[in-house]
Amino acid sequence: MAVTAVSGVVNRPIPRLRRLEDERWLALSLLTPTAILLGLFIAYPFFEGVMLSMTSTRVGIDGQFVGLKNFHKIWNDSIFRTSVWNTFWYTGVTTVFKLALGLWLAMLLNRHFRGKALVRAFILLPFIIPTVLSTFAWKWMFDPTFSVINWTLFQLGIITQRINWLGDPDLAMTSIIIVNIWRGVPFFAISLLAGLQTISPELQEAAAIDGARPWQRFWHVTWPLLLPVTMVVVLFSVIQTFADFQLVYILTGGGPANATHLFATYAYQIGIGTGLLSEGAAISLAMFPFLFLIVVVQLLYIRRVETR
Amino acid sequence: MALVSIRNVNKVYDGGVHAVKNVDLEVRDKEFMVFVGPSGCGKTTTLRMVAGLESITSGDIAIGDTVVNNLPPMDRDIAMVFQNYALYPHMSVFHNMAFGLKMRKFEKAEIDKRVRDAAAILGIETLLDRKPRQLSGGQRQRVALGRAIVRHPQVFLFDEPLSNLDAKLRVQMRVELKKLHERLGTTAIYVTHDQVEAMTLGDRVVVMKDGVVQQVGEPLELYNTPANRFVAGFIGSPAMNFAEVTLSGANGKLWAEAPGLKIGVPEPLAGRVNGHSGKATMGIRPEDLHVAGPADPAELCFEVEVEVIEQLGSEILLDTRAGNSTFVASVDPMLRTKVHERLKLAINPNRLHLFDAETEAAI
Repeated sequence: MAVTAVSGVVNRPIPRLRRLEDERWLALSLLTPTAILLGLFIAYPFFEGVMLSMTSTRVGIDGQFVGLKNFHKIWNDSIFRTSVWNTFWYTGVTTVFKLALGLWLAMLLNRHFRGKALVRAFILLPFIIPTVLSTFAWKWMFDPTFSVINWTLFQLGIITQRINWLGDPDLAMTSIIIVNIWRGVPFFAISLLAGLQTISPELQEAAAIDGARPWQRFWHVTWPLLLPVTMVVVLFSVIQTFADFQLVYILTGGGPANATHLFATYAYQIGIGTGLLSEGAAISLAMFPFLFLIVVVQLLYIRRVETR
Repeated sequence: MALVSIRNVNKVYDGGVHAVKNVDLEVRDKEFMVFVGPSGCGKTTTLRMVAGLESITSGDIAIGDTVVNNLPPMDRDIAMVFQNYALYPHMSVFHNMAFGLKMRKFEKAEIDKRVRDAAAILGIETLLDRKPRQLSGGQRQRVALGRAIVRHPQVFLFDEPLSNLDAKLRVQMRVELKKLHERLGTTAIYVTHDQVEAMTLGDRVVVMKDGVVQQVGEPLELYNTPANRFVAGFIGSPAMNFAEVTLSGANGKLWAEAPGLKIGVPEPLAGRVNGHSGKATMGIRPEDLHVAGPADPAELCFEVEVEVIEQLGSEILLDTRAGNSTFVASVDPMLRTKVHERLKLAINPNRLHLFDAETEAAI
């Protein structure tokens, strides 16, 4: 008896610690906080959103379960269709330009020149300035009356009439695309620059000796080695652009005549602006399958590239 | 014909560093020329100037009859093996080797033949479908060699190609490189910091230090008659022993003296000392020292205390001290001695070197 009592006293704090030496318990204890956070702030709202989209809830009115009625409704909504098309067009065009310009900038910045560090820091500016502020600046530049762009073009004798940048449906979309490219290029440039710097300069030299001209060196050596980084950057950018809200909300608010709505702005307008919460939720959720598909395709592609 | 002429070449980097100073030498056709020296001596810069990867500040480099100063690397008809192999990680071994031929628009059948021939020579036929990361260091090295030889270039350039291999593999690849060169007979310039590689591979060796060529010569020439103290200390392993001595004449003989040491300088070396009297550096290789026997004249012997005994099996290296000078002696493996024991070492008279204390040039 006495012996067991003594050993019991000595051993008492140990079992709890020992439990953590077991990897399963350790994993559990480390994962639980993350799981709770993810569940509370992502899974639960998502689930609530799905539930909301299948009711007839409005601001101040608890709705009833209506099944897929909201989805059916937006399917036949021409503005929704426009915003779907807009979102794809906006994402596609901006991504192509951001990638091309970002890659070009990254290649330039990867060279050695005086003041390289300073230029690299400046390149990041559009990315660092809060989007809302920089977008307001752009809005001012696109203003029909005070547009500095119009003023410059006018002074240069290129135009004789004001260009209504944000008032014309086609031009408005183009304007938004320009701002998005301006904002997104630094992210591409800096990420791709980081990717370029992981490629050993010896490979370029070897290729030069092997007889590859500059563009061949790019196509046969740099580009394939940069591809995994490029894919990740494009993936991030596509997701962000697809769900973009700020630019459109500030520059046009979805106008003129609903011509520049994206998923997010239209969902906001219907859900919050009009108060049709459930319908807004349905529009938001309609984004989900597209994004999901994009992510799956790109992740598969990245995996293929990496195991090549 | 592919001789490489390096005429009065200088390289000054933007920051003002003068990396290569007035290098002037000729690599003969089919010669295996090794550039050796400590890091930062300008050997790699010189090689890269030959390759066209660095610009030449002044002077001329010619391959064959063509001055290549302003030709891009691809037009110089050279192939280079890099220190880190520089294999294209996303291409298979076959495509790594074929890349240079493809860029030069060779026909498919010819590419295939050349790659397979090179692979056969290097014993890597079975690896052609693999990616570089699936290869061991030695295999990567072979692929890098293969990429160079498929092109049948005028000149091979090697930039420390064996330095990333482990010791055993390095020795093995060294032998293979030598065989390969004998088989292909292509002019080669090989850069290394390893004097053993330089001695074993080179038809001739260029020793460089601080951007300046110290000596150019066949390996044994460098070993037997080093031009200066630096070459003497750099070539040979274990390195030559040096002792700061005072030269003085007495009894019609020239003596080299240091505390605990008095050596009679033998002819013809003594005859060359005229005008160098005073301070000098005496040099003697470990293998030119032996435990003194009755036949050794007293003036070539000196007493030392044994400090460390290194048993190598085929020889014993004794780290010894005489006064304030230390001497490593390579002695008979059958010798039995103990640390702190005093014994007499004798100098092989024809193998004594003296270097000017100021200029460090050989006397």
